[in-house]
Amino acid sequence: MNVFDSKIEFRGFIVAVVVLLFAIPMMNAFFFEGSFFHISSFQLSLWGKYVTYAVLAMSLNVLWGYTGMLCLCQSLFFALGAYAFGMYLVLHIGIDDVYNTPLPVFMDFQGYTELPWYWAPFEYAPFAVLASLAVPGLVAFIFGALVFRSRIKGVYFSIITQALTYALMLFFFKNNLELFGQSYILFGGNNGLNDFKEIFGANINSEATQRWLFIASVILMLSVYLLIAWVLKTKFGKVQQAIRDSENRIRFSGYSTTTYKMLIFTACAMIAGAAGALYVPQVGGINANEMTPAKSLDVVVWVAFGGRGTKFGPILGAVVVSLLKSYFLRAYPDSWLIILGLLFIFTVLFMPNGLIGLPKQLKPLIDRMRGKKAILPEEASTSSVS
Amino acid sequence: MVHIPQEKHTSLILSVDGVTKSFDGFKAVNDLSFYLSEGELRTVIGPNGAGKSTFMDLITARTKPDEGKIVFHKENGEDVDLTKVREHKVSQLGIGRKFQNPTVYRSHTVYDNLKLSLSGKRGLLHSLFYKESTDDRDKIYHVLDTVRLSDHVNDLAGSLSHGQKQWLEIGMLLAQDPKIMLVDEPAAGMSDEETERTGELLISLEGKHSLIVIEHDMEFVRQIARRVTVLHQGQVLKEGDFDFVKSDPQVIEVYLGRQTRKH
Repeated sequence: MNVFDSKIEFRGFIVAVVVLLFAIPMMNAFFFEGSFFHISSFQLSLWGKYVTYAVLAMSLNVLWGYTGMLCLCQSLFFALGAYAFGMYLVLHIGIDDVYNTPLPVFMDFQGYTELPWYWAPFEYAPFAVLASLAVPGLVAFIFGALVFRSRIKGVYFSIITQALTYALMLFFFKNNLELFGQSYILFGGNNGLNDFKEIFGANINSEATQRWLFIASVILMLSVYLLIAWVLKTKFGKVQQAIRDSENRIRFSGYSTTTYKMLIFTACAMIAGAAGALYVPQVGGINANEMTPAKSLDVVVWVAFGGRGTKFGPILGAVVVSLLKSYFLRAYPDSWLIILGLLFIFTVLFMPNGLIGLPKQLKPLIDRMRGKKAILPEEASTSSVS
Repeated sequence: MVHIPQEKHTSLILSVDGVTKSFDGFKAVNDLSFYLSEGELRTVIGPNGAGKSTFMDLITARTKPDEGKIVFHKENGEDVDLTKVREHKVSQLGIGRKFQNPTVYRSHTVYDNLKLSLSGKRGLLHSLFYKESTDDRDKIYHVLDTVRLSDHVNDLAGSLSHGQKQWLEIGMLLAQDPKIMLVDEPAAGMSDEETERTGELLISLEGKHSLIVIEHDMEFVRQIARRVTVLHQGQVLKEGDFDFVKSDPQVIEVYLGRQTRKH
C-alpha cells in the first residue's frame, strides 16, 4: 500500500533520504576542511540534535495534532530515553583520572564502591537501548491507564501531564532516594549524566561516531515519518482523528477510546524516548533540566509553529525554531524567551495552520491581488467599448 | 404506576424497570418504567428537565442508575443487564445513539464517517490491518442512499449543512445496524422541508429497527408519532397515541400549554 498522499510527497521523501542519509554525511567525511562542500563535524552533530528534536515534535504531533491530546510532558519521555541510554554511556567512561574510580564519579562521591543492582543491567548496551524505549513506554502506559480510564481529557489532561513532568523533574534532581530507611542513589542529581567517553566500544567524540549518530537519527526520523504516514492511511488513523473530532461519538460507535488512547500515548512516549537516546550521545550529557515543564512547552511551540496535524509541519517547526533559537541566543541572549513567546502568540493568532499552512492561507490574498490586476485591463477594455 | 405494553403479541426489546437516578439529591429520573417492543417507533416528549437526556444516558450506560433495572432482550432470548455493561460495549450489543447536537467526524469524508461506524470488529489490530471489502462498500452506499447523501460521498463532514450532518449521524447509526436506535432531537435546527424529510426517514426505519425518538417540535411529533410517552419530572406522565396524549389535560398543563403560550 502506498503510504504517501501525493507524488510530491514521495519525491520529497526520496530527496530527504538522498540528502540526509548520503550527501550530508559524505560531505562531512570526504571533503577537506575549508572546501566549499565541507560540512564540519560540529555542524553535523548540531543537525543531528535538531533531527532528534524533529522526532520529538513528530511524536507530540501524533498526540496533539492527530488525536487531540495536548500532552505537556513529551520532553519527559525524551529525557527518560536519554537517561536510560546515558546510564549505559556513563558506565563506560572507564577509570576516572582524578578520583581513580571505575564507578560514575557521583557514586564515588557518595561513598559507593559497588554498582547498585538497579544500575547494573545498564552496563549492557542492548539492555540500555531497550530500556530507552521501555522506560518511557512503561511510564506512559501506567500514567495513561490511570488518566484515560478516569476520562481525564482536554485541558485537565494537559495540566496533569505537566504535573507529571514537574514531579519527575524534582525526583531526578535528587541525589538519593530515602525509602524505608534505605538510601538509593539516583541519577546524578543536579549534574545529571555527562562526560561520556565511549559508545559501543568506539570513541564517542570521534568524527566517525558522530557521523554514524547523525545517520542513525535520520534513519529514526524517516522511519517514524513512514510509520505515521502508514498509520494515517489505516482505519486506525481514522479512528484516531475521530477521537480528536468527537470522542463521544466514536465511543458510542463501539470503539474503546481508552484502549486506543493508551496505545497511542505509549507509542508516542517510546518514539520520544528513542529520540532522547540518540540525543544524549550527540549532545554529550543529560540532566533534569530537560524535564522542566518549559522544555515540553518548547515542543508544543515547534509543532504549532510548523503546522499541527500535518506530517511535515512538526519537523519544519522543530528545525526552524531551533535555528532561530541558536541565532538569537548568540545575537540577543536575553531576549530569546520573549521572542519565543511572541512567536507562539503570533502563530496562535495569525497562523492557525502553522508554516505549512501558510501558502494555503495566503492564497486567497494573493489571488485577490492578482485578480485585481487581471480584472483591471478587462474593465478598461469594456468601458472603452461602451 | 407501571406501564405494561398493551401490544402483548409483539416481543419486548427493552425494559426499563423502576429506574431512579439522582444528581446531588435532584432526582433526574424517578422510578421510571418504560417498555419498548421490537420494531416499534416510540416518541418521547417532555418539557426541559423532564429527564429525557438522562434517560438516554442510562440506556447507553453512560450513567449508571441508583436503583432499578434496564434490560436489553436479545433476539436469541438472552437478557442483558445494561447497567453492568461498559459504554463502548453497548453499541456492540446493537444500541445506537444519535446525540442532540449533530456529532460527526468533521475532518473525515462522509464516506469515512460511515466506514468507521460499520458494524464489525473494533480492536486495535483489526483497525490497523483492516481492508475494505466490497460488502462494506455496498453497505456504505446503501446507507448513503437511505439518508440521501449519495451526492456528498467525498465531501468533508464538517462542510455539510446542519441538516445533512443530522442525517449523516443517523446514517452512522444505520451503518452500525443497531437493534435499537436512540435519536435525540433529530429535527432541531432544521428547516421545515428538512424536518419533513427526517420524519419520512425515521418512519421508513420503523419495523427494521426499534426507535426511541426524543423531540420537542410538536409538528414533527405529529408527523412521526405512533405511541408517545410523556416524561415529566423524571417519570412517565402519560403514554398513548398522539391525539390521546395531546388532549390529556395533565399533559397540556405541563408541556403543551407551555408551548402554545410560547408561540
